[in-house]
Amino acid sequence: MDIFLQQLVNGVVLGAIYALVALGYTMVYGILGLINFAHGEVVMIGAMVALTVIQLLLASGVPLPGPVVAAIGLAAAIPTCMLLGFAIERVAYRPLREAPRLAALITAIGMSIVLQNVAMIIWGRRYHSVPSLLPVTPHQFAGATITDLQIFIVLLAALIMAGLLYLVHRTRLGRAMRATSQNPEVAGLMGVNINTVISMTFIIGSALAAVAGLMVSAYYGVAHYVMGFMLGLKAFTAAVLGGIGNLGGAMLGGLLLGVIESLGAGYIGTLTGGFLGSHYQDVFAFTVLILVLVFRPSGLLGERVTERS
Amino acid sequence: MLEVKGLKVSYGGINAVKGIDLEVRAKEMVTLIGANGAGKTTTLKALAGLLKPAEGRVHYNGRDITGRPAFELVRQGLALVPEGRGVFARLTVKENLEMGAYSRGDRARIATDFDRVYALFPRLAERRRQMGGTLSGGEQQMLAIGRALMSRPNLLLLDEPSMGLAPLMVRRIFETVRAIAAEGVTLLLVEQNAKAALETCHRGYVMESGLIALADTAPELLNNPRVRQAYLGE
Ligand SMILES: Nc1ncnc2c1ncn2[C@@H]1O[C@H](COP(=O)(O)OP(=O)(O)OP(=O)(O)O)[C@@H](O)[C@H]1O
Ligand SMILES: [Mg+2]
Repeated sequence: MDIFLQQLVNGVVLGAIYALVALGYTMVYGILGLINFAHGEVVMIGAMVALTVIQLLLASGVPLPGPVVAAIGLAAAIPTCMLLGFAIERVAYRPLREAPRLAALITAIGMSIVLQNVAMIIWGRRYHSVPSLLPVTPHQFAGATITDLQIFIVLLAALIMAGLLYLVHRTRLGRAMRATSQNPEVAGLMGVNINTVISMTFIIGSALAAVAGLMVSAYYGVAHYVMGFMLGLKAFTAAVLGGIGNLGGAMLGGLLLGVIESLGAGYIGTLTGGFLGSHYQDVFAFTVLILVLVFRPSGLLGERVTERS
Repeated sequence: MLEVKGLKVSYGGINAVKGIDLEVRAKEMVTLIGANGAGKTTTLKALAGLLKPAEGRVHYNGRDITGRPAFELVRQGLALVPEGRGVFARLTVKENLEMGAYSRGDRARIATDFDRVYALFPRLAERRRQMGGTLSGGEQQMLAIGRALMSRPNLLLLDEPSMGLAPLMVRRIFETVRAIAAEGVTLLLVEQNAKAALETCHRGYVMESGLIALADTAPELLNNPRVRQAYLGE
Protein backbone atom coordinates (compact mmCIF):
# COMPACT_ATOMS: atom_id res chain seq x y z
CA MET A 1 0.00 0.00 0.00
CA ASP A 2 1.26 3.41 -0.92
CA ILE A 3 1.34 5.55 2.22
CA PHE A 4 1.57 8.81 0.34
CA LEU A 5 -1.46 8.14 -1.81
CA GLN A 6 -3.42 6.69 1.08
CA GLN A 7 -2.75 9.70 3.29
CA LEU A 8 -3.61 11.99 0.41
CA VAL A 9 -7.01 10.30 0.05
CA ASN A 10 -7.62 10.51 3.79
CA GLY A 11 -6.48 14.12 3.77
CA VAL A 12 -8.94 15.09 1.06
CA VAL A 13 -11.81 13.55 3.02
CA LEU A 14 -10.77 15.33 6.20
CA GLY A 15 -10.16 18.50 4.21
CA ALA A 16 -13.66 18.43 2.76
CA ILE A 17 -15.05 18.42 6.29
CA TYR A 18 -12.72 21.21 7.43
CA ALA A 19 -13.76 23.23 4.42
CA LEU A 20 -17.46 22.99 5.28
CA VAL A 21 -16.78 24.22 8.80
CA ALA A 22 -14.28 26.87 7.67
CA LEU A 23 -16.96 28.35 5.40
CA GLY A 24 -19.07 29.12 8.45
CA TYR A 25 -16.22 31.05 10.06
CA THR A 26 -15.35 32.90 6.91
CA MET A 27 -18.91 33.90 6.00
CA VAL A 28 -19.55 35.42 9.41
CA TYR A 29 -16.16 37.12 9.41
CA GLY A 30 -16.81 38.50 5.94
CA ILE A 31 -20.02 40.15 7.01
CA LEU A 32 -19.43 41.12 10.65
CA GLY A 33 -15.64 41.07 11.00
CA LEU A 34 -16.21 38.71 13.91
CA ILE A 35 -14.69 35.31 14.68
CA ASN A 36 -17.64 33.23 15.80
CA PHE A 37 -15.80 30.94 18.17
CA ALA A 38 -19.05 29.16 18.98
CA HIS A 39 -19.19 27.75 15.46
CA GLY A 40 -17.30 24.58 16.42
CA GLU A 41 -19.98 23.92 19.03
CA VAL A 42 -22.68 24.21 16.38
CA VAL A 43 -20.89 21.40 14.55
CA MET A 44 -20.87 19.34 17.74
CA ILE A 45 -24.59 19.95 18.41
CA GLY A 46 -25.27 18.91 14.81
CA ALA A 47 -23.40 15.67 15.37
CA MET A 48 -25.16 15.00 18.68
CA VAL A 49 -28.65 15.70 17.38
CA ALA A 50 -28.09 13.54 14.31
CA LEU A 51 -26.70 10.75 16.47
CA THR A 52 -29.62 10.90 18.89
CA VAL A 53 -32.15 10.66 16.08
CA ILE A 54 -30.19 7.82 14.48
CA GLN A 55 -30.06 5.90 17.76
CA LEU A 56 -33.80 6.36 18.29
CA LEU A 57 -34.53 5.14 14.78
CA LEU A 58 -32.32 2.10 15.17
CA ALA A 59 -33.81 1.30 18.57
CA SER A 60 -37.36 1.62 17.23
CA GLY A 61 -36.72 -1.48 15.16
CA VAL A 62 -38.20 0.01 12.01
CA PRO A 63 -36.29 -1.68 9.20
CA LEU A 64 -34.80 1.25 7.29
CA PRO A 65 -31.72 1.13 5.13
CA GLY A 66 -28.63 2.73 6.70
CA PRO A 67 -28.37 5.66 4.32
CA VAL A 68 -32.03 6.55 4.96
CA VAL A 69 -31.43 6.52 8.72
CA ALA A 70 -28.41 8.79 8.23
CA ALA A 71 -30.44 11.12 6.01
CA ILE A 72 -33.19 11.40 8.62
CA GLY A 73 -30.58 12.14 11.28
CA LEU A 74 -29.19 14.86 9.08
CA ALA A 75 -32.66 16.21 8.34
CA ALA A 76 -33.12 16.70 12.08
CA ALA A 77 -29.67 18.16 12.69
CA ILE A 78 -29.79 20.78 9.94
CA PRO A 79 -32.83 22.77 11.12
CA THR A 80 -31.72 22.42 14.75
CA CYS A 81 -28.36 23.97 13.92
CA MET A 82 -29.94 26.65 11.74
CA LEU A 83 -32.11 27.68 14.65
CA LEU A 84 -29.14 27.56 16.98
CA GLY A 85 -27.00 29.72 14.67
CA PHE A 86 -29.83 32.22 14.34
CA ALA A 87 -30.27 32.32 18.12
CA ILE A 88 -26.53 32.72 18.81
CA GLU A 89 -26.41 35.82 16.63
CA ARG A 90 -29.57 37.31 18.10
CA VAL A 91 -28.69 36.65 21.73
CA ALA A 92 -24.92 36.95 21.83
CA TYR A 93 -23.71 39.13 18.97
CA ARG A 94 -26.47 41.52 17.88
CA PRO A 95 -26.59 43.42 21.18
CA LEU A 96 -22.83 43.96 20.84
CA ARG A 97 -22.82 45.07 17.21
CA GLU A 98 -21.67 48.58 18.14
CA ALA A 99 -19.52 47.48 21.08
CA PRO A 100 -15.72 47.20 20.95
CA ARG A 101 -14.38 44.13 19.17
CA LEU A 102 -12.99 42.59 22.30
CA ALA A 103 -16.45 42.41 23.88
CA ALA A 104 -17.78 40.37 20.97
CA LEU A 105 -14.74 38.12 21.01
CA ILE A 106 -15.11 37.36 24.70
CA THR A 107 -18.81 36.75 24.18
CA ALA A 108 -18.01 34.31 21.39
CA ILE A 109 -15.74 32.32 23.67
CA GLY A 110 -18.35 32.47 26.43
CA MET A 111 -21.01 31.22 24.02
CA SER A 112 -18.78 28.34 23.08
CA ILE A 113 -18.34 27.32 26.72
CA VAL A 114 -22.07 27.63 27.40
CA LEU A 115 -22.92 25.38 24.46
CA GLN A 116 -20.36 22.78 25.52
CA ASN A 117 -21.84 22.69 28.97
CA VAL A 118 -25.39 22.45 27.71
CA ALA A 119 -24.29 19.55 25.52
CA MET A 120 -22.58 17.92 28.46
CA ILE A 121 -25.78 18.14 30.49
CA ILE A 122 -27.88 16.68 27.68
CA TRP A 123 -25.52 14.04 26.32
CA GLY A 124 -23.17 13.39 29.22
CA ARG A 125 -19.41 13.32 29.35
CA ARG A 126 -18.89 9.98 27.70
CA TYR A 127 -17.85 9.25 24.16
CA HIS A 128 -20.75 8.08 22.03
CA SER A 129 -20.01 5.58 19.34
CA VAL A 130 -21.61 6.35 16.01
CA PRO A 131 -22.97 3.33 14.14
CA SER A 132 -21.80 2.91 10.58
CA LEU A 133 -24.75 3.44 8.30
CA LEU A 134 -22.99 3.67 4.98
CA PRO A 135 -21.14 0.68 3.59
CA VAL A 136 -17.47 0.94 4.50
CA THR A 137 -16.52 -1.54 1.81
CA PRO A 138 -13.02 -0.59 0.75
CA HIS A 139 -12.35 0.07 -2.90
CA GLN A 140 -8.84 -0.35 -4.22
CA PHE A 141 -7.70 2.67 -6.07
CA ALA A 142 -4.14 2.93 -7.43
CA GLY A 143 -2.63 1.37 -4.35
CA ALA A 144 -4.82 3.18 -1.83
CA THR A 145 -8.14 2.17 -0.31
CA ILE A 146 -11.17 4.39 -0.24
CA THR A 147 -14.51 3.58 1.36
CA ASP A 148 -18.01 4.42 0.22
CA LEU A 149 -18.33 6.67 3.25
CA GLN A 150 -15.24 8.61 2.21
CA ILE A 151 -16.43 8.98 -1.36
CA PHE A 152 -19.81 10.08 -0.14
CA ILE A 153 -18.35 12.69 2.24
CA VAL A 154 -16.25 14.24 -0.52
CA LEU A 155 -19.07 14.26 -3.07
CA LEU A 156 -21.64 15.71 -0.68
CA ALA A 157 -19.21 18.39 0.51
CA ALA A 158 -18.37 19.31 -3.09
CA LEU A 159 -22.05 19.52 -3.97
CA ILE A 160 -22.82 21.72 -0.98
CA MET A 161 -19.90 24.03 -1.74
CA ALA A 162 -20.97 24.36 -5.36
CA GLY A 163 -24.46 25.22 -4.14
CA LEU A 164 -23.08 27.83 -1.77
CA LEU A 165 -20.98 29.44 -4.50
CA TYR A 166 -24.07 29.56 -6.70
CA LEU A 167 -26.10 31.15 -3.91
CA VAL A 168 -23.50 33.79 -3.12
CA HIS A 169 -22.57 34.70 -6.68
CA ARG A 170 -25.75 34.20 -8.65
CA THR A 171 -28.73 34.99 -6.48
CA ARG A 172 -30.34 38.13 -5.10
CA LEU A 173 -29.68 37.04 -1.52
CA GLY A 174 -26.05 36.31 -2.34
CA ARG A 175 -25.63 39.71 -3.94
CA ALA A 176 -27.12 41.32 -0.84
CA MET A 177 -24.70 39.31 1.32
CA ARG A 178 -21.71 40.46 -0.70
CA ALA A 179 -22.93 44.06 -0.70
CA THR A 180 -23.50 43.97 3.05
CA SER A 181 -20.03 42.61 3.68
CA GLN A 182 -18.52 45.40 1.58
CA ASN A 183 -20.56 48.28 2.94
CA PRO A 184 -23.49 47.58 5.26
CA GLU A 185 -24.63 51.21 5.38
CA VAL A 186 -24.93 51.52 1.62
CA ALA A 187 -26.53 48.07 1.43
CA GLY A 188 -29.18 49.48 3.75
CA LEU A 189 -29.71 52.39 1.38
CA MET A 190 -30.35 49.86 -1.39
CA GLY A 191 -33.22 48.38 0.61
CA VAL A 192 -31.33 45.50 2.19
CA ASN A 193 -32.41 44.72 5.73
CA ILE A 194 -28.93 43.93 6.94
CA ASN A 195 -30.20 42.19 10.06
CA THR A 196 -31.95 39.68 7.85
CA VAL A 197 -28.81 39.19 5.78
CA ILE A 198 -26.71 38.68 8.90
CA SER A 199 -29.22 36.17 10.25
CA MET A 200 -29.21 34.32 6.93
CA THR A 201 -25.42 34.16 7.04
CA PHE A 202 -25.49 32.50 10.44
CA ILE A 203 -28.29 30.16 9.37
CA ILE A 204 -26.51 29.03 6.22
CA GLY A 205 -23.17 28.58 7.97
CA SER A 206 -24.89 26.55 10.68
CA ALA A 207 -26.56 24.28 8.13
CA LEU A 208 -23.12 23.49 6.72
CA ALA A 209 -21.93 22.89 10.28
CA ALA A 210 -24.68 20.34 10.85
CA VAL A 211 -23.65 18.39 7.78
CA ALA A 212 -20.00 18.55 8.81
CA GLY A 213 -20.94 17.38 12.30
CA LEU A 214 -22.56 14.19 11.06
CA MET A 215 -19.73 13.65 8.59
CA VAL A 216 -16.96 13.93 11.13
CA SER A 217 -18.67 11.80 13.75
CA ALA A 218 -19.52 9.12 11.17
CA TYR A 219 -15.99 9.23 9.83
CA TYR A 220 -14.28 8.74 13.19
CA GLY A 221 -17.14 6.71 14.63
CA VAL A 222 -17.38 8.85 17.80
CA ALA A 223 -19.15 11.93 19.07
CA HIS A 224 -18.36 13.81 22.24
CA TYR A 225 -19.41 17.11 23.76
CA VAL A 226 -15.97 18.73 23.28
CA MET A 227 -15.45 17.45 19.74
CA GLY A 228 -16.33 20.88 18.36
CA PHE A 229 -13.47 22.60 20.08
CA MET A 230 -10.51 21.12 18.22
CA LEU A 231 -12.45 20.82 14.98
CA GLY A 232 -13.47 24.47 15.27
CA LEU A 233 -9.91 25.60 15.86
CA LYS A 234 -8.70 23.64 12.87
CA ALA A 235 -11.44 24.94 10.62
CA PHE A 236 -10.64 28.45 11.79
CA THR A 237 -7.00 27.74 10.90
CA ALA A 238 -8.16 26.57 7.48
CA ALA A 239 -10.15 29.78 7.00
CA VAL A 240 -7.12 31.88 7.97
CA LEU A 241 -4.88 29.80 5.71
CA GLY A 242 -7.16 30.44 2.74
CA GLY A 243 -7.71 34.09 3.61
CA ILE A 244 -10.50 34.75 6.10
CA GLY A 245 -13.56 36.33 4.56
CA ASN A 246 -12.93 34.60 1.25
CA LEU A 247 -15.19 31.65 0.35
CA GLY A 248 -12.80 30.05 -2.15
CA GLY A 249 -10.08 30.55 0.43
CA ALA A 250 -11.99 28.59 3.06
CA MET A 251 -12.47 25.72 0.63
CA LEU A 252 -8.83 25.70 -0.44
CA GLY A 253 -7.59 26.19 3.11
CA GLY A 254 -9.74 23.32 4.39
CA LEU A 255 -8.54 20.96 1.74
CA LEU A 256 -4.90 21.92 2.18
CA LEU A 257 -5.05 21.63 5.93
CA GLY A 258 -6.65 18.19 5.73
CA VAL A 259 -3.95 17.01 3.36
CA ILE A 260 -1.09 18.55 5.35
CA GLU A 261 -2.39 16.99 8.51
CA SER A 262 -2.86 13.55 6.98
CA LEU A 263 0.50 13.49 5.29
CA GLY A 264 2.11 14.81 8.42
CA ALA A 265 0.49 12.12 10.54
CA GLY A 266 1.54 9.49 8.00
CA TYR A 267 5.16 10.46 8.04
CA ILE A 268 5.79 11.89 11.49
CA GLY A 269 6.82 8.50 12.88
CA THR A 270 9.40 7.94 10.15
CA LEU A 271 10.63 11.51 10.31
CA THR A 272 11.22 11.49 14.06
CA GLY A 273 12.57 7.95 14.15
CA GLY A 274 9.47 6.77 16.00
CA PHE A 275 9.81 9.43 18.70
CA LEU A 276 6.47 11.05 17.83
CA GLY A 277 3.44 9.01 16.75
CA SER A 278 0.54 9.87 14.46
CA HIS A 279 -1.52 11.06 17.43
CA TYR A 280 0.60 14.19 17.22
CA GLN A 281 -1.28 15.12 14.07
CA ASP A 282 -2.83 18.18 15.73
CA VAL A 283 0.62 19.75 15.81
CA PHE A 284 0.48 20.33 12.07
CA ALA A 285 -2.65 22.44 12.02
CA PHE A 286 -1.28 24.84 14.58
CA THR A 287 2.14 24.95 13.01
CA VAL A 288 0.35 25.98 9.83
CA LEU A 289 -1.63 28.63 11.73
CA ILE A 290 1.51 30.14 13.21
CA LEU A 291 3.36 30.09 9.90
CA VAL A 292 0.46 31.77 8.09
CA LEU A 293 0.06 34.42 10.76
CA VAL A 294 3.77 35.18 10.65
CA PHE A 295 4.44 35.04 6.92
CA ARG A 296 1.16 35.70 5.18
CA PRO A 297 -1.50 36.99 7.58
CA SER A 298 -3.87 37.70 4.71
CA GLY A 299 -3.88 34.01 3.77
CA LEU A 300 -3.45 32.41 0.39
CA LEU A 301 -6.38 34.08 -1.39
CA GLY A 302 -6.98 37.04 0.92
CA GLU A 303 -6.39 40.42 -0.64
CA ARG A 304 -5.62 42.23 2.54
CA VAL A 305 -6.41 42.09 6.21
CA THR A 306 -8.91 44.81 6.94
CA GLU A 307 -9.33 45.87 10.51
CA ARG A 308 -12.73 47.48 10.47
CA SER A 309 -13.05 49.97 13.27
CA MET B 1 -43.25 66.18 -0.12
CA LEU B 2 -40.58 66.36 2.59
CA GLU B 3 -41.14 68.32 5.75
CA VAL B 4 -38.58 68.55 8.53
CA LYS B 5 -39.34 70.17 11.88
CA GLY B 6 -36.86 70.79 14.67
CA LEU B 7 -34.47 68.06 13.58
CA LYS B 8 -31.63 67.38 16.00
CA VAL B 9 -29.00 64.72 15.44
CA SER B 10 -26.04 63.93 17.63
CA TYR B 11 -23.09 61.55 17.63
CA GLY B 12 -22.74 60.34 21.17
CA GLY B 13 -22.66 63.62 23.03
CA ILE B 14 -21.75 65.84 20.09
CA ASN B 15 -24.66 67.73 18.53
CA ALA B 16 -24.06 67.88 14.80
CA VAL B 17 -27.53 69.11 13.80
CA LYS B 18 -29.11 71.38 16.36
CA GLY B 19 -32.75 71.81 15.39
CA ILE B 20 -33.47 72.61 11.77
CA ASP B 21 -36.62 73.14 9.72
CA LEU B 22 -36.57 72.30 6.07
CA GLU B 23 -39.09 71.70 3.33
CA VAL B 24 -38.94 70.25 -0.15
CA ARG B 25 -42.06 70.39 -2.30
CA ALA B 26 -42.86 67.93 -5.04
CA LYS B 27 -40.81 68.39 -8.26
CA GLU B 28 -38.68 71.00 -6.59
CA MET B 29 -34.88 71.20 -6.72
CA VAL B 30 -33.54 72.36 -3.39
CA THR B 31 -29.94 72.73 -2.35
CA LEU B 32 -28.35 72.64 1.07
CA ILE B 33 -25.00 74.40 1.17
CA GLY B 34 -22.56 75.13 3.95
CA ALA B 35 -18.98 74.89 5.07
CA ASN B 36 -17.14 71.72 6.03
CA GLY B 37 -18.57 70.18 9.16
CA ALA B 38 -21.76 72.28 9.06
CA GLY B 39 -23.90 69.16 9.40
CA LYS B 40 -25.12 68.64 5.83
CA THR B 41 -24.21 64.98 5.57
CA THR B 42 -25.60 64.34 9.02
CA THR B 43 -28.88 65.92 7.95
CA LEU B 44 -29.15 63.81 4.80
CA LYS B 45 -28.27 60.63 6.67
CA ALA B 46 -30.98 61.33 9.21
CA LEU B 47 -33.51 61.98 6.42
CA ALA B 48 -32.55 58.76 4.63
CA GLY B 49 -32.81 56.67 7.79
CA LEU B 50 -29.12 56.01 8.40
CA LEU B 51 -29.07 58.02 11.62
CA LYS B 52 -31.81 58.27 14.23
CA PRO B 53 -32.73 61.84 15.09
CA ALA B 54 -32.42 62.84 18.73
CA GLU B 55 -35.39 65.18 18.35
CA GLY B 56 -37.73 66.54 15.71
CA ARG B 57 -40.05 65.10 13.09
CA VAL B 58 -39.61 64.14 9.47
CA HIS B 59 -42.69 63.80 7.26
CA TYR B 60 -42.47 62.35 3.79
CA ASN B 61 -45.53 62.28 1.53
CA GLY B 62 -47.61 63.17 4.57
CA ARG B 63 -46.33 60.20 6.57
CA ASP B 64 -44.21 60.46 9.69
CA ILE B 65 -41.00 58.64 8.83
CA THR B 66 -38.94 59.83 11.79
CA GLY B 67 -36.47 57.13 12.81
CA ARG B 68 -37.58 54.65 10.13
CA PRO B 69 -34.63 52.60 8.82
CA ALA B 70 -33.15 53.27 5.39
CA PHE B 71 -34.17 49.94 3.87
CA GLU B 72 -37.83 50.82 4.48
CA LEU B 73 -37.60 54.35 3.12
CA VAL B 74 -36.09 53.33 -0.21
CA ARG B 75 -39.18 51.19 -0.78
CA GLN B 76 -41.23 54.36 -0.35
CA GLY B 77 -39.21 56.13 -3.01
CA LEU B 78 -36.72 58.04 -0.86
CA ALA B 79 -33.15 57.40 -2.01
CA LEU B 80 -29.77 58.81 -1.00
CA VAL B 81 -26.62 58.98 -3.10
CA PRO B 82 -24.14 58.98 -0.23
CA GLU B 83 -21.12 61.20 0.22
CA GLY B 84 -18.07 59.45 -1.23
CA ARG B 85 -20.36 57.48 -3.60
CA GLY B 86 -20.39 54.19 -1.72
CA VAL B 87 -19.89 52.09 -4.82
CA PHE B 88 -19.55 48.38 -4.02
CA ALA B 89 -15.94 47.94 -5.11
CA ARG B 90 -16.08 44.17 -5.50
CA LEU B 91 -19.40 44.01 -7.27
CA THR B 92 -19.56 44.54 -11.00
CA VAL B 93 -21.16 47.66 -12.44
CA LYS B 94 -24.18 45.59 -13.39
CA GLU B 95 -24.42 44.06 -9.92
CA ASN B 96 -24.17 47.51 -8.37
CA LEU B 97 -27.14 48.59 -10.47
CA GLU B 98 -29.00 45.41 -9.56
CA MET B 99 -28.46 46.30 -5.92
CA GLY B 100 -30.12 49.62 -6.69
CA ALA B 101 -33.23 47.72 -7.78
CA TYR B 102 -33.06 45.41 -4.76
CA SER B 103 -36.18 46.88 -3.18
CA ARG B 104 -38.33 46.28 -6.28
CA GLY B 105 -40.17 43.23 -7.51
CA ASP B 106 -41.32 44.38 -10.95
CA ARG B 107 -38.81 42.55 -13.12
CA ALA B 108 -40.00 43.85 -16.46
CA ARG B 109 -39.78 47.49 -15.40
CA ILE B 110 -36.35 46.87 -13.89
CA ALA B 111 -35.14 45.77 -17.32
CA THR B 112 -36.33 49.02 -18.89
CA ASP B 113 -34.71 50.99 -16.09
CA PHE B 114 -31.40 49.30 -16.87
CA ASP B 115 -31.73 50.60 -20.42
CA ARG B 116 -32.64 54.02 -19.11
CA VAL B 117 -29.58 54.22 -16.85
CA TYR B 118 -27.30 52.89 -19.58
CA ALA B 119 -28.71 55.50 -21.95
CA LEU B 120 -28.06 58.22 -19.40
CA PHE B 121 -24.54 56.94 -18.74
CA PRO B 122 -23.24 55.05 -21.81
CA ARG B 123 -19.92 54.69 -20.02
CA LEU B 124 -21.57 52.38 -17.48
CA ALA B 125 -22.93 50.19 -20.26
CA GLU B 126 -19.42 49.78 -21.64
CA ARG B 127 -18.10 48.81 -18.24
CA ARG B 128 -20.98 46.73 -16.98
CA ARG B 129 -18.80 43.67 -16.34
CA GLN B 130 -16.04 45.60 -14.59
CA MET B 131 -15.71 45.72 -10.82
CA GLY B 132 -17.04 48.94 -9.31
CA GLY B 133 -13.70 49.59 -7.64
CA THR B 134 -11.89 49.79 -10.99
CA LEU B 135 -13.92 52.80 -12.19
CA SER B 136 -12.62 56.36 -12.16
CA GLY B 137 -14.06 58.84 -9.68
CA GLY B 138 -16.44 60.33 -12.21
CA GLU B 139 -17.61 56.92 -13.38
CA GLN B 140 -18.18 55.87 -9.79
CA GLN B 141 -20.34 58.94 -9.26
CA MET B 142 -22.34 58.05 -12.37
CA LEU B 143 -22.71 54.54 -10.99
CA ALA B 144 -23.84 55.81 -7.61
CA ILE B 145 -26.45 58.05 -9.25
CA GLY B 146 -27.53 55.37 -11.71
CA ARG B 147 -27.83 52.89 -8.88
CA ALA B 148 -30.07 55.24 -6.92
CA LEU B 149 -32.24 55.75 -10.03
CA MET B 150 -32.70 51.97 -10.25
CA SER B 151 -34.82 52.23 -7.11
CA ARG B 152 -37.21 54.57 -8.99
CA PRO B 153 -37.03 57.34 -6.39
CA ASN B 154 -39.59 60.10 -6.00
CA LEU B 155 -37.25 62.05 -3.78
CA LEU B 156 -33.53 61.83 -4.42
CA LEU B 157 -31.02 63.11 -1.86
CA LEU B 158 -27.57 63.76 -3.29
CA ASP B 159 -24.56 64.33 -1.06
CA GLU B 160 -21.81 66.26 -2.85
CA PRO B 161 -22.00 64.48 -6.18
CA SER B 162 -19.33 66.78 -7.68
CA MET B 163 -16.79 66.21 -4.92
CA GLY B 164 -13.29 65.51 -6.17
CA LEU B 165 -14.20 65.54 -9.85
CA ALA B 166 -12.53 67.34 -12.75
CA PRO B 167 -14.38 70.47 -14.02
CA LEU B 168 -15.63 68.74 -17.14
CA MET B 169 -17.04 65.88 -15.10
CA VAL B 170 -18.57 68.33 -12.61
CA ARG B 171 -20.47 69.92 -15.49
CA ARG B 172 -21.66 66.51 -16.68
CA ILE B 173 -22.89 65.61 -13.22
CA PHE B 174 -24.87 68.85 -12.92
CA GLU B 175 -26.38 68.28 -16.37
CA THR B 176 -27.40 64.82 -15.25
CA VAL B 177 -28.93 66.17 -12.08
CA ARG B 178 -31.03 68.57 -14.19
CA ALA B 179 -32.04 65.74 -16.51
CA ILE B 180 -33.18 63.66 -13.55
CA ALA B 181 -35.24 66.54 -12.21
CA ALA B 182 -36.76 67.03 -15.66
CA GLU B 183 -38.09 63.48 -15.41
CA GLY B 184 -40.10 64.52 -12.38
CA VAL B 185 -37.82 63.43 -9.55
CA THR B 186 -37.73 65.78 -6.58
CA LEU B 187 -34.20 66.67 -5.51
CA LEU B 188 -32.40 67.74 -2.38
CA LEU B 189 -28.80 68.46 -3.29
CA VAL B 190 -25.97 69.00 -0.82
CA GLU B 191 -23.02 70.76 -2.42
CA GLN B 192 -19.71 72.41 -1.69
CA ASN B 193 -19.90 73.92 -5.13
CA ALA B 194 -22.42 76.52 -4.00
CA LYS B 195 -22.44 78.51 -7.21
CA ALA B 196 -23.30 75.59 -9.46
CA ALA B 197 -25.81 74.29 -6.94
CA LEU B 198 -27.63 77.63 -6.63
CA GLU B 199 -27.62 78.09 -10.39
CA THR B 200 -29.18 74.64 -10.78
CA CYS B 201 -31.78 74.66 -8.00
CA HIS B 202 -34.96 76.60 -7.24
CA ARG B 203 -34.34 77.23 -3.59
CA GLY B 204 -31.53 76.89 -1.12
CA TYR B 205 -30.72 76.54 2.55
CA VAL B 206 -27.46 77.67 4.03
CA MET B 207 -26.26 75.63 6.98
CA GLU B 208 -23.81 76.88 9.58
CA SER B 209 -22.64 74.79 12.54
CA GLY B 210 -25.71 72.63 12.77
CA LEU B 211 -28.32 75.33 12.14
CA ILE B 212 -30.04 76.82 9.10
CA ALA B 213 -28.58 80.30 8.76
CA LEU B 214 -30.43 81.36 5.61
CA ALA B 215 -33.31 80.06 3.55
CA ASP B 216 -34.37 81.69 0.31
CA THR B 217 -34.88 81.25 -3.41
CA ALA B 218 -31.71 80.39 -5.28
CA PRO B 219 -31.49 83.71 -7.21
CA GLU B 220 -31.85 85.67 -3.96
CA LEU B 221 -29.15 83.63 -2.30
CA LEU B 222 -26.88 84.15 -5.30
CA ASN B 223 -27.27 87.90 -4.76
CA ASN B 224 -27.01 87.79 -1.01
CA PRO B 225 -23.77 89.55 0.02
CA ARG B 226 -23.24 87.20 2.92
CA VAL B 227 -23.56 84.17 0.69
CA ARG B 228 -21.37 85.77 -1.97
CA GLN B 229 -18.66 86.43 0.53
CA ALA B 230 -18.75 83.17 2.45
CA TYR B 231 -19.61 80.63 -0.22
CA LEU B 232 -19.03 82.13 -3.62
CA GLY B 233 -15.51 83.30 -2.90
CA GLU B 234 -16.02 87.01 -3.40
N1 LIG C 1 -19.44 59.63 12.91
C1 LIG C 1 -19.25 60.79 13.55
N2 LIG C 1 -18.95 60.81 14.87
C2 LIG C 1 -18.77 61.96 15.52
N3 LIG C 1 -18.88 63.16 14.97
C3 LIG C 1 -19.17 63.22 13.67
C4 LIG C 1 -19.37 62.05 12.88
N4 LIG C 1 -19.66 62.42 11.62
C5 LIG C 1 -19.63 63.75 11.61
N5 LIG C 1 -19.35 64.25 12.83
C6 LIG C 1 -19.26 65.67 13.20
O1 LIG C 1 -20.52 66.25 12.96
C7 LIG C 1 -20.37 67.54 12.40
C8 LIG C 1 -21.13 67.60 11.08
O2 LIG C 1 -20.55 66.72 10.16
P1 LIG C 1 -21.13 66.48 8.72
O3 LIG C 1 -20.37 65.37 8.10
O4 LIG C 1 -22.59 66.36 8.78
O5 LIG C 1 -20.75 67.83 8.00
P2 LIG C 1 -20.87 68.25 6.46
O6 LIG C 1 -21.60 69.51 6.45
O7 LIG C 1 -21.40 67.15 5.66
O8 LIG C 1 -19.35 68.52 6.11
P3 LIG C 1 -18.56 68.25 4.73
O9 LIG C 1 -18.81 69.41 3.87
O10 LIG C 1 -17.14 68.18 5.17
O11 LIG C 1 -19.04 66.96 4.16
C9 LIG C 1 -18.88 67.76 12.24
O12 LIG C 1 -18.45 68.54 13.32
C10 LIG C 1 -18.28 66.40 12.31
O13 LIG C 1 -17.00 66.45 12.88
MG1 LIG D 1 -20.64 66.01 4.16
